[in-house]
Amino acid sequence: MSDATTNSQVRAANYDAGFGDYFALLKPRVMSLVVFTALVGLLVAPGSISPMIGFTAILFIALGAGASGALNMWFDADIDAVMKRTSRRPVPAGKIPAGEALSLGLWLSAISVVMLGLATNWVAAGLLAFTIFFYLVIYTMWLKRATPWNIVIGGAAGSFPPMIGWAAVTGDVSIASVLMFGLIFMWTPPHFWALALFLKSDYDNAGVPMLTVTHGRKETRSQILIYTVLLVPVALGLALTSVAGPVYLAAAMVLNAIFLKGAWDIWQRDEAMAEADDYAVEKRVFKFSLLYLFLHFGALLIDAIWRLF
Amino acid sequence: MAQGKGFTEQHELHKRRLGRNVGTALCLLGFCAIVFGLTIAKVREGGLLEANDHVPRASMLPITEDTQ
Repeated sequence: MSDATTNSQVRAANYDAGFGDYFALLKPRVMSLVVFTALVGLLVAPGSISPMIGFTAILFIALGAGASGALNMWFDADIDAVMKRTSRRPVPAGKIPAGEALSLGLWLSAISVVMLGLATNWVAAGLLAFTIFFYLVIYTMWLKRATPWNIVIGGAAGSFPPMIGWAAVTGDVSIASVLMFGLIFMWTPPHFWALALFLKSDYDNAGVPMLTVTHGRKETRSQILIYTVLLVPVALGLALTSVAGPVYLAAAMVLNAIFLKGAWDIWQRDEAMAEADDYAVEKRVFKFSLLYLFLHFGALLIDAIWRLF
Repeated sequence: MAQGKGFTEQHELHKRRLGRNVGTALCLLGFCAIVFGLTIAKVREGGLLEANDHVPRASMLPITEDTQ
């Protein structure tokens, strides 16, 4: 038994988890991205939806995302405990037993899928169920510990919310919703690999086969550039669909140019340069990547509002 | 043990778990409110409303002059 496990058990014996600890199991920060992208998917979709049903749809999509977060924390408690970034999560910190995280995750998964199906339609509910399955089984249980491409394929789980929001209104899947999926899917690798470059020891210690660990940091820098180049046509392609307008087109052109420049800068650097300035460029690109996604979906939203007038 | 304490005196566990209990109560109330709100929204959408109300369901009756 490791020291971390023993400490967790000692803490668990003396600690009563509060409501906030259970809420933290749902990964509220990830949930905020899910809520935003699902909301945009729902609002830009053709057709109308009652505000109450729309609100319920977003709520249960968020709850489904939270459920998969709890299931992820149940399964990953061992590696979360050794990573500085995740060691204070409720399960590795000994605040909530892993079994409770599992049970909460399973119940919330069932409730969110059934309620989304009843509130909207079963296409949206099916997509939500598949997302939870994908995140738990394909990403968390299988890919994360098996391959350095975990982020690439696993990123699909985080890409579904706008598609689910869209399906909640239309009951189907279209080119525009697939491209919204593609935008997040292609954005995920450069976003996470930029993070992995300056959180080196965390992933090393946990033995998670991050690209930085298995293929080296030089290769990771190349892959960031490759995936950013591949991301550009997807982001610009979305501009050609009916959901986008002039605001999205302008935003996509500027944001992709900046992101490409950042990926190029990362590619041109080596470890000595990065360590000299404490990974300043990598940190800047990582922070910008968050803004990149937020502004793309924000621009879609502005175009949708614009069309109303 | 609550032995010797007044009936209304709170057990120490209730104090410790107050936050969790209140949070759970609010979640359950919220869930009820959502189900109620959804019901109202669905009714207002005006779809065909049928339930197990022990009378023949209109949509299952053969189309005749009487049922049209």
